[in-house]
Amino acid sequence: MRDKQIEDLKDYKYGFSTDIESFKAPKGLNEDVIRFISNIKKEPDWLLQWRLKAFERLKVLKEPDWQKPKYPKINYQDLYYYSAPKSASDKPKSLDEIDPKILETYKKLGIPLDEQKRLNGIAVDAVFDSVSVATTFKDELTKKGIIFCSISEAIQKHPDLVKKYLGSVIPLSDHYFATLNSAVFTDGSFVYIPPNTRCPMELSTYFRINASETGQFERTLIIADKGSYVSYLEGCTAPMRDENQLHAANVELVALDDAEIKYSTVQNWYPGDENGVGGIYNFVTKRGACRGKNSKISWTQVETGSAITWKYPSCILQGDNSVGEFYSIAITNNHQKADTGTKMIHLGKNTKSKIISKGISAGKADNMYRGLVEVKNKASNSRNYTQCDSLLMGNKCGAHTVPYIKNNNSTSTIEHEATTSKINEEQLYYCNQRGLDQEEAVSLIVNGFCKEVLQQLPMEFAVEAQKLVAISLEGSVG
Amino acid sequence: MLNIKNLEAKVENKHILNGLNLNIKPGEVHAIMGPNGSGKSTLANVLSGKNGYDTKGEIKFDRQNLSELSTEERAHKGIFLAFQYPLEIPGVNTNVFLRTSLNSVRKARGEKELDTLSFLKLVKEKSSELGIDEKFLSRQLNVGFSGGEKKKNEILQMKILQPKLAILDETDSGLDIDALRIVADGVNSYKNKDNAFLIITHYQRLLDYIKPDFIHVLSKGKIVKTGNAELGVELEKTGYANFI
Repeated sequence: MRDKQIEDLKDYKYGFSTDIESFKAPKGLNEDVIRFISNIKKEPDWLLQWRLKAFERLKVLKEPDWQKPKYPKINYQDLYYYSAPKSASDKPKSLDEIDPKILETYKKLGIPLDEQKRLNGIAVDAVFDSVSVATTFKDELTKKGIIFCSISEAIQKHPDLVKKYLGSVIPLSDHYFATLNSAVFTDGSFVYIPPNTRCPMELSTYFRINASETGQFERTLIIADKGSYVSYLEGCTAPMRDENQLHAANVELVALDDAEIKYSTVQNWYPGDENGVGGIYNFVTKRGACRGKNSKISWTQVETGSAITWKYPSCILQGDNSVGEFYSIAITNNHQKADTGTKMIHLGKNTKSKIISKGISAGKADNMYRGLVEVKNKASNSRNYTQCDSLLMGNKCGAHTVPYIKNNNSTSTIEHEATTSKINEEQLYYCNQRGLDQEEAVSLIVNGFCKEVLQQLPMEFAVEAQKLVAISLEGSVG
Repeated sequence: MLNIKNLEAKVENKHILNGLNLNIKPGEVHAIMGPNGSGKSTLANVLSGKNGYDTKGEIKFDRQNLSELSTEERAHKGIFLAFQYPLEIPGVNTNVFLRTSLNSVRKARGEKELDTLSFLKLVKEKSSELGIDEKFLSRQLNVGFSGGEKKKNEILQMKILQPKLAILDETDSGLDIDALRIVADGVNSYKNKDNAFLIITHYQRLLDYIKPDFIHVLSKGKIVKTGNAELGVELEKTGYANFI
């Protein structure tokens, strides 16, 4: 059974592309394209103006260059900024109206779009290239007053909420990629949980880049109102192409008083081939504001794909007693590069943050933890605990830890622990002697190494993630 | 079961085994004694297939040439090594390790993998025989275990994997009398006419509990003397000087 699964997954399992006629904006980045996007989405004028303002700002911003992974210059004029499957230009009202080929694609990905699979208990919003194609379980959620839909739909139906919170965590002119996203974002998910409501199921988005020469700029906004709770999962794949594709998403989370948001990502974008050709540039801005007192935001990420991963899911701990958590597994193999970590900004009193980062590097890959913990002067009695562990496999890969620590309050404490180790030959021998082959042994040891983070994932994802961890490292120990 | 002919082994050009011969039949218990550096652990490592040894000579296990088999294939065929220093694997539950291991072996033997319930039943039975607390099984493998706990855990693994040939590499070192007795009982209760033991030890005291059929004295990578259980008692009195 296991062999069969491994066989299926051996090469990049999600490397198929779907042959669907798509409807695209002309290539290039300019005001017309932005107007085109806004127009096709029938957006209110304030949003168009907001986009244009971002575009103005973008003209004076420079791409950041402080990150470790370098990449060839991206020609922003040579990308499509909007690509929609043609059949979706009249937006589907129900699953029956969705192009069967798209449904087939999601089926191949193992995404239960079909409501018959409701036993899975996960509501899914699926984003295909630039548009959201289906949102399941809508009725059940609506009964509780929960809004879970594409951001395009939210702009139409819940403009006040969107206007109030969009850009409130990641300001319009934050940095190059975030601003680019604000100018050209196409779709993404929107979640609103009303006060004192516990979302009864995991909410999930699946992103897939299909069309070639397409950037994906999705925008996700999640608001947990007072005393509410939501757990949100995000999974990503892309077909194999020998060009590099850009993915620059913005994700904003807002937790009000006593609210909690748990945000989990399993990122498995196409990493490029073993010579480093192709693969996704995953340049993502994720930020959460613990705006209310006693609020909590917890990020969990399993990053195994992409040619370059460059992201720092962060928490702004504004409310007193608020809590921020970041649990991360970043695996890089072959020529993959990751520069990832988090920012924990303590503003409120008695705020707490916890960072657990596990970096695994194999082949010729490079893996960097970069993180900022900053305690502002009013954040008295705040605490941070950071643990960064790196595991190296082989002699040609690298692991780096760069923590930035700023403590401006003498009553607050920050702890940082870091370890770097190589996968131990004796451990492998011990496992082999007990009958495990090399792949099984590596999988067991690495999963053990990552356990603290894997435990944070919802059950359905944890199993998938464990397999993914093993598959990403196949053939990495000789 | 095991036939070793003229076995030589070297590490980085240093000769450790120099023409070792040994035959083990089903149902037998062999003990290997010898001074430090005589090649005892190397023999255990070479038999189990550890990398890094340059070997010559012939090792046959159930008539199959061992040098053709990888470490895990040897485990699947029924060779088990109780490690002198069992490895810690952080984050991996002892239970999970045991089950993964058992199922790998079962799969290789063409048997059905055990489901969770049957496995737990099996592990409960075997661990209670060794007086191992169940809580111990949900701890990370060997992490923070005492010397005695690690060794008991090795014997537990042996009883679960049911090998044909169990090699015990100084399993008695570092054990107090009670733990020693438990380990010995574990071995004695597993022993039958179809399996065999190769026990590497420095001391006679383990052999007070596990009665060997043969004792071999290893010196400079060769067996220089073979005798019955009496030989151990004699060695305890006189030391190795008379034999090497």
